Amino acid sequence: MSKLLEGININKSFKTAAGELMVLKDINISLSEGEMLGIIGASGAGKSSLLYILGALDKPTSGNVLFQNKDISSFDDNSLADFRNKNIGFVFQFHHLLPEFNALENVMLPALISGSPFAETEKKAQKLLEDLGLGQRIKHRPGELSGGEQQRVAVARALIQNPKIVLADEPTGNLDTSTGNDLFQLFVDLNKNKKITFVIVTHNKALSDRCHSVLEMTDGSFV
Amino acid sequence: MSINRHFNILDYTLQSLLRRKFKNIGIIIVFTFVIFITGSVLLLSYSFKKEAMLMLKNSPELIIQKTMAGRHELIPVGISSEIMKIPGVSKVEPRYWGYYYDSLIKANYTILASGESLSANNRLLKGRLPGINENNTAAIGRGVSEARFLNTDSSISMQTAGGRPMDFWITGIFEADSELLTSDLIVISRADFMKLFGIPEQMATDLAVTVSNETETVVIAKKILSQFPDTRPILRSEIIRTYDAVFGWRSGLILTLFSGALIAFIILAWDKATGLSAEEKQEIGILKAIGWETSDVLEMKFWEGLVISLTSFLIGIILAYIHIFFFGASIFAPALKGWSVIYPNFKLAPYIDFYQISILMSLTIVPYIASTIIPSWKASITEPDIVMRG
Repeated sequence: MSKLLEGININKSFKTAAGELMVLKDINISLSEGEMLGIIGASGAGKSSLLYILGALDKPTSGNVLFQNKDISSFDDNSLADFRNKNIGFVFQFHHLLPEFNALENVMLPALISGSPFAETEKKAQKLLEDLGLGQRIKHRPGELSGGEQQRVAVARALIQNPKIVLADEPTGNLDTSTGNDLFQLFVDLNKNKKITFVIVTHNKALSDRCHSVLEMTDGSFV
Repeated sequence: MSINRHFNILDYTLQSLLRRKFKNIGIIIVFTFVIFITGSVLLLSYSFKKEAMLMLKNSPELIIQKTMAGRHELIPVGISSEIMKIPGVSKVEPRYWGYYYDSLIKANYTILASGESLSANNRLLKGRLPGINENNTAAIGRGVSEARFLNTDSSISMQTAGGRPMDFWITGIFEADSELLTSDLIVISRADFMKLFGIPEQMATDLAVTVSNETETVVIAKKILSQFPDTRPILRSEIIRTYDAVFGWRSGLILTLFSGALIAFIILAWDKATGLSAEEKQEIGILKAIGWETSDVLEMKFWEGLVISLTSFLIGIILAYIHIFFFGASIFAPALKGWSVIYPNFKLAPYIDFYQISILMSLTIVPYIASTIIPSWKASITEPDIVMRG
């Protein structure tokens, strides 16, 4: 399997009133295509910070992120936006769907901003939602959906651009155990059937054990 | 960037605006009200000024009035021949005009003796002007006609200075280019004018002086003043300046009265300019996370600001136009027009100063769009995860 995403000597620090706070310390990480990686750790260990840096939502203080051997740390803001749009799907703990838009429209958004034709995008988004068992809920707004359904809409939005990798930040953190299990199973199936690479940050050891590999973080470093 | 992308951003913006319709309608109502008020004041004061200019279009360059104890009083017509001797003066004409208070409708009429300049300035709606020497006839303004329910072939009675009634048959009703000029006007013959007000022969209200070269008017005015120190020469340019000042002052008064609305609008714009709500920040963070560029966010916010401000502007200015030119500025015309009770029924000729409108446009639309874009720009140049986490 070829190398898809690589983090080299990643450091991230924030300036606080109490001084400099190091949230990531010399992180080195490598992911191959089709891999499913779980990252676990206590709150404040730096899991989400690492995920956002890998997904180009944030920049490291030092270090490099390579995507298919291309250093994305040097990209400007617009190139990063384009990169995120075309290559990465995100699933957040709090779904982060736009409340005024229905499920279908939320799913269509990433494709529309890349300039995809409306009709074609609509068809594709509808198919995705149907595949995720939300065929009857496409016209519902996030507020009218259950927590599990909202997360599945978020998954559909993450998949609309056929990303090479999906980064999920505590995707089951806001769901009950059974719904969380179902969602995780969906990730496993997508990984298996569509060969989508997953990085999943979770507190849940039982779920992370279903990934191909698991890394544990504490105080900004891998254990 | 593909054209599809721009269309999609525009589509997203419109969908967003529709989905937050209550909030946006609220902004549009406040914005429209502000534009309506300021637009009405601008249109009204400009129309008044235009009406005044129309009135002055054919007026003499110089008017000579006699004063006593600082008050205007009748002028002897005999000094006309002395004024005619001043080089550059081509014509001196006595004018006869005054005000008549009608206690029946509690209004003042402007009474004018029939003369040549009248027929050049005004056209009649119905009937004809009384002849220069045709006694006991009158042409009246539409305001007078409506207030007293008068028509041609009916008569109006006025009381002379001596207290005797004097009847006038209506020969015509005015419709001037400017209704403001003739609304309260009554034109009668010179002989009737003298009789009505008890003015001695060889006296006039003032003298209209025509000069051959307009640039010499000031010099001629000075010469008249030195020759006749008890007179007051009034230049046409001074009258224009006075109109400007009076309507400018009155416009300011109206704007002060409605300053509450203006302040509300400024607070609204300031509130928008100084920060985004948590929801708006989160929306920008989400859009950036799914691949929107900073320029896309700014484009979206630009369209949003433009749609709201342009919609408000157009509605506000159209309402202002209807208010001023169809309803005679019924909301605040009394403050701008002054004391006459006949005026409120008139309709203004629709004059629009596009320069003023474009100034109003740039003073409202541009700041609003800027107040929409600036905080969004601040949010969109921040890393999306920071924006989303708040």
